[in-house]
Amino acid sequence: MADDFIFDFLHMEVVDFVQRTTNPDEKDKVISKLEQMGYRVGQSLIEKFTRDSPRFSSELDIIKFVCKDLWNGVYKKQVDNLRTNHQGVYVLQDNKFRLLTQMSSGKQYIESAPRYLAFPCGLIRGGLANLGVNCVVTAEVSTMPACKFQIMIQRT
Amino acid sequence: MSRQSSRATDPRKISQELFTLTYGALVAQLVKDYESDEEVNKQLDKMGYNIGIRLVEDFLARSGIGRCNDFRETADIIAKSGFRMFLGVTPSVCNWSPAGDEFSLLMDNNPLTDFVELPDDHSNLNYSNVLCGVIRGALETVQMDVSVRFVQDTLKGDNQTEIRVKFIQRLEDALPAGEE
Repeated sequence: MADDFIFDFLHMEVVDFVQRTTNPDEKDKVISKLEQMGYRVGQSLIEKFTRDSPRFSSELDIIKFVCKDLWNGVYKKQVDNLRTNHQGVYVLQDNKFRLLTQMSSGKQYIESAPRYLAFPCGLIRGGLANLGVNCVVTAEVSTMPACKFQIMIQRT
Repeated sequence: MSRQSSRATDPRKISQELFTLTYGALVAQLVKDYESDEEVNKQLDKMGYNIGIRLVEDFLARSGIGRCNDFRETADIIAKSGFRMFLGVTPSVCNWSPAGDEFSLLMDNNPLTDFVELPDDHSNLNYSNVLCGVIRGALETVQMDVSVRFVQDTLKGDNQTEIRVKFIQRLEDALPAGEE
C-alpha cells in the first residue's frame, strides 16, 4: 500500500531538513539529532508492537523480535541474517534495506548513506531501551543497498 | 518461536503509526529549534511542499489519473484518491465559494494527530501544517497555483479539521518556477 511510501518521503525530508539547518562544521550533530528522533519513535513504537505479546524469555528472544516483527512492521521484510558473539554483540544484516534501495546499488552516494541510517539506528536503540536493554547501535554500509546494524549491549 | 501476536497486528496500521510518530518527533524537534510557532508553521509548510512535489509523481503513477478539467474534479481527486491513498482517510469536500475557486476539506479525524495533545503555550502552532505544503506542492507540479491554510483544527478544540484551498491561477507551460 502507498501509505508506507509516505513514511519514506517524510524520512527523506527529515534528513534533508536536519542537514540544512545544522551548521556544516558540526557533521556529527546531524547524525545525533536524527538518532535522537529515531530513538523517540522507537520508544513509542515498541510499546504498540509488544502490547499483546508474551513476556520475553531472554535477550536473544528480544533481538529476534526486533529482526522479525519490528523489521516486518517498519520495513516490510525480515532481517536477512543475524549473528552474535554471545557476549552482547549482535549484527543484523539486511541485504536490501528499504531506505537505501531507491538510492543506488553500488558505491555511488555512499558518503551520504550514514545520514539515512541514523534514524533507523535510533529506532532500534529506542525500541530496545524500552524493553530494558541498554545498547549502542551503529550502522555500516559497504555496498548499497545492503547494510549491517551492530547492536552492542551495555551491561553495567 | 513464532509469536501469535505478530499475525494480529495490522501492517497498515503499523506504517500509519510509524508515520504519525515520526512526524511527531519532527514537530518536537522543530519546536525545540525555533522560537516562534509561526516559524515552525513556515518550516512545516516548506517541508510539505518539498514532499508534495515528489509525492505527486508517485500518486500519478499509481492512480493513473489524467489531467483535471476543472477545479471541482481536482478537489474530488485530492479528497477521494489522494488523501485515501496516503493517509487512509477520505475528507469531505464542501463550502464551495460562489465562484467555484475555493473549497474546504473537512476531516473528522486527522491521522497525523493520533497521539497528540497541544500544550497551551503553543496555540498558534498548526500542528498538521505539513498537509498544506503537500497540497500546494503537489498542485503546483500539475500547474495549479493554490493557497492552502488551516481554518479549524481538532487539536485546538474545534469539532473537525478544516483545510481551505483557494485556486489562484493556472501556471503556464513555461520554465519551472525559480529558473529564469
